[in-house]
Amino acid sequence: MASVLEGLGYQVDFPENQTCCGQPAFNSGYRDEARAVARHFIRTFAGYERIVVPSGSCTSMIVHHFAELFRKEPETLERVHALEKRVWEFSTFLTEVAGVEDVGAHLDEVVTFHDGCHALRDLAIHDAPRKLLSRVRGLELREMQPNDECCGFGGTFSVKFAELSGAMARTKLDAILQTGATTVVSLDPSCLMQIQGALSRAGKAVRTMHLAEVLASR
Amino acid sequence: MTRDHILHRIRTALGRSAGQAAPADLPPVRLLVPEVDREARILSFTARLEALGGTVQRAATTQEACALVAAAIEGKSALASNAPFLAECGIAALAGVETGITDRQRLQERCAAIKVGITSADYALADTGSLVMLSTAHEARLVSLLPPEHIAVVPVERLLTGLDELFTVLPRPAEQTSSMVLITGPSRTADIEQILVRGAHGPGQVLAILVG
Amino acid sequence: MSVEFDQKAHETLADANLQLAIYTSTGRLKRGRVASVASDVLPDYQELRTQANAIKKHAIDNLDYYLEEFERNVTARGGKVVYCKDATAVADFVLGLAKERGAGLIVKSKSMTTEEVDLNERLEHHGLESVETDLGEYILQLNHEKPYHIVLPALHKTRYDVAEIFTRRLNAPHETVIEKQTALACGVLRDKFLKADIGISGANFLVADSGAIVIIENEGNARLTTTAPRVHIVLAGIEKVIPRARDLATFLKLLARSATGQFLSAYTSFLSGARRPGEIDGPDEFYVVLLDNGRTRLLPDREKRQTLYCIRCGACLNACPVYRKIGGYSFPGVYSGPIGAILTPQFLGVTHEPALPFASSLCGACAEVCPVKIDIPKVLLELRSEVQKAETRDNRNRLERLSFRAFAWLMTHPRLYEMAGRIAAWMAPAGEGKWISSAPPWMNLPPVRAWLSQRDLPPPPAKSFREQWRQRR
Repeated sequence: MASVLEGLGYQVDFPENQTCCGQPAFNSGYRDEARAVARHFIRTFAGYERIVVPSGSCTSMIVHHFAELFRKEPETLERVHALEKRVWEFSTFLTEVAGVEDVGAHLDEVVTFHDGCHALRDLAIHDAPRKLLSRVRGLELREMQPNDECCGFGGTFSVKFAELSGAMARTKLDAILQTGATTVVSLDPSCLMQIQGALSRAGKAVRTMHLAEVLASR
Repeated sequence: MTRDHILHRIRTALGRSAGQAAPADLPPVRLLVPEVDREARILSFTARLEALGGTVQRAATTQEACALVAAAIEGKSALASNAPFLAECGIAALAGVETGITDRQRLQERCAAIKVGITSADYALADTGSLVMLSTAHEARLVSLLPPEHIAVVPVERLLTGLDELFTVLPRPAEQTSSMVLITGPSRTADIEQILVRGAHGPGQVLAILVG
Repeated sequence: MSVEFDQKAHETLADANLQLAIYTSTGRLKRGRVASVASDVLPDYQELRTQANAIKKHAIDNLDYYLEEFERNVTARGGKVVYCKDATAVADFVLGLAKERGAGLIVKSKSMTTEEVDLNERLEHHGLESVETDLGEYILQLNHEKPYHIVLPALHKTRYDVAEIFTRRLNAPHETVIEKQTALACGVLRDKFLKADIGISGANFLVADSGAIVIIENEGNARLTTTAPRVHIVLAGIEKVIPRARDLATFLKLLARSATGQFLSAYTSFLSGARRPGEIDGPDEFYVVLLDNGRTRLLPDREKRQTLYCIRCGACLNACPVYRKIGGYSFPGVYSGPIGAILTPQFLGVTHEPALPFASSLCGACAEVCPVKIDIPKVLLELRSEVQKAETRDNRNRLERLSFRAFAWLMTHPRLYEMAGRIAAWMAPAGEGKWISSAPPWMNLPPVRAWLSQRDLPPPPAKSFREQWRQRR
């Protein structure tokens, strides 16, 4: 992601104090713990003009749920609202802030795209990654059917309800394999881990790549 | 008293007091009646009802309507409601058609015994292929419900565009009747293996004759 | 997580036939919905949802006002409104009325609310015959089972199951043709309709300005239930009230489409009391039983109050990847699917089945299809927080709580976070970029074991991102 952004002329920093957005704790009902981690995030990223996130679920946590966590702290809430405006999911940043679709990438692959649920529904991201993929030389994009179903990760859901999560993953695999694609691309590392884990267990040669990896390919 | 107790619990939960009116933030009524000419309505009504397995016929005159009904009930026992329009069409006078029943028990017995129930309708809805029937002294509920076949003979002026127009011309149905039913196609069920079966408890065949 | 919940979910996941039945049935309904609300078919779909949500919000926020208006209008036309706080009160009322009228046979149309109060069981216990008349519900009643899905109660039954049930319970000859099974049941039930003393129905809506109820159905059994017997009793939750008859132009355009993809169901009945003078048929008496049964417990919470907007269309069930795998019987209580996951804990308390709010990947498909725009994921998240608070209070689930405290501590100490990453990478089994299928015993903690039961784990990277980043500089 950094090389793609730098290739477009941006000055990119990686604040080393960063750890997590706190979503695992929030989703598991531990709001105090989530709040502590969120506070750390807000501190770490204060003072940056733009914050680009290679994950739909993390972006959604920051722009939709931080406000819920701090609903009783007006001062922090103000900082949260200011933060929300500066946080961008990676593909949206490229198409809406940088205003580009062609980043000069080249990848000879038949690819299918998995829409992570947070990106698709919470952030209404659908076209941006597809536009970017359409401009990658050598790449053929095939849509899976259906293309709007959850991969089954869901954070701690994947281990609390392992059998169910696995069944959902296998349904996703069916859709992927039907396309004949050899690579699955997504915006979300957690979805990719779930899908790749299931592919590997099923002994399939299909691999996964994050959109940023695709766009950095030359 | 349970009533007062429950209402009290509700008010406490909502922070409201007894006798307090609802605030004025009730969303305004949303009724958008489209402009659709008669022929387009008829086409739409026909397409929608036929897609559901119903049949639609047109009659230019009341006499034609009567002939269509006579053909449809050929060889079958039939009962007509007391709708004035059916008398106007001469349907009530057709041979083999029982009519004029006002006794509840007798009506139920006859409707359970005969094959075809003939009614008019208060309105029809073009965008869904529906018949709108109000229960009155002229139209009993069971005539369109118990017999396995239902024929509705409707003046075409009563064909509205859809629900929005219905609730515009009839904003308070409760003032007219104890029962208003929107009948949209034959009775159906898909409860077993999602296989569609027409004619469960209500009529499996519906014929709508638009007159005029 | 409760053993019972896991067990039921596991049984459903392991049953290949059931998996297929659930997936294809809900898939058909899902596709039906999508086609019927497409932008060229229902261009104002999103505005209708917004309007429906706004009307429900207003009605619930002013519930006492609209219930009183409803009651006034029912009473003005000679009907009676009865408030009942729970199942026992409902049964007492119905039994009392049945006794007064010398009633022995009751027919009823489909109503999840009557399931909530175990109405049939209670009436039968007191010697009344209470017959379900919806085909799916009738089949289940014969077999003493509860509904599998809000709209498709017998989703899990094949024609062979039905044949066996009819033979066993009705002494019918063995019949596997579905049309014939339907005709057989309808024949039996017609006899009941015409002899019944009392008809009991639910209501999709209670219309305040009209003192009327609305029933949506396809078979005609609700029309018969509410027409043939002399007495009509409606059972409805207090949250079903809407302000005006004209609001139905909004709700009716959403309900059938969201449920099955039909533009309107075969019969939509608008019933405002006993038959009027001059009307030939219809009931002589009209009662509306307004049920609390835990609904007032939900009301105080402004964030979760929206749970009561539900119009019981079932769209969330059909959209939910979890429901489509574990089916209706994995859910405790009467309501299943996403709406069940938020209703049941609020009705019965979060500790009744603490797993329930967590049995979701929070994918949001439910919120996307809900015609009244209930933000189900948001309510689930609130419930998860409540579960943890309750577990803390009861001193349960300590290991998990400690783990998340450790998580928060680690995530607020970046140097330690980085070190933990290095240690994990060093300790993980070697094997050059290959995904991990099994863990050595010292690594085999429950979450790792759970993950590995279904899929492989990623190998640690040769260099962490931080290491790579520093090298670039």
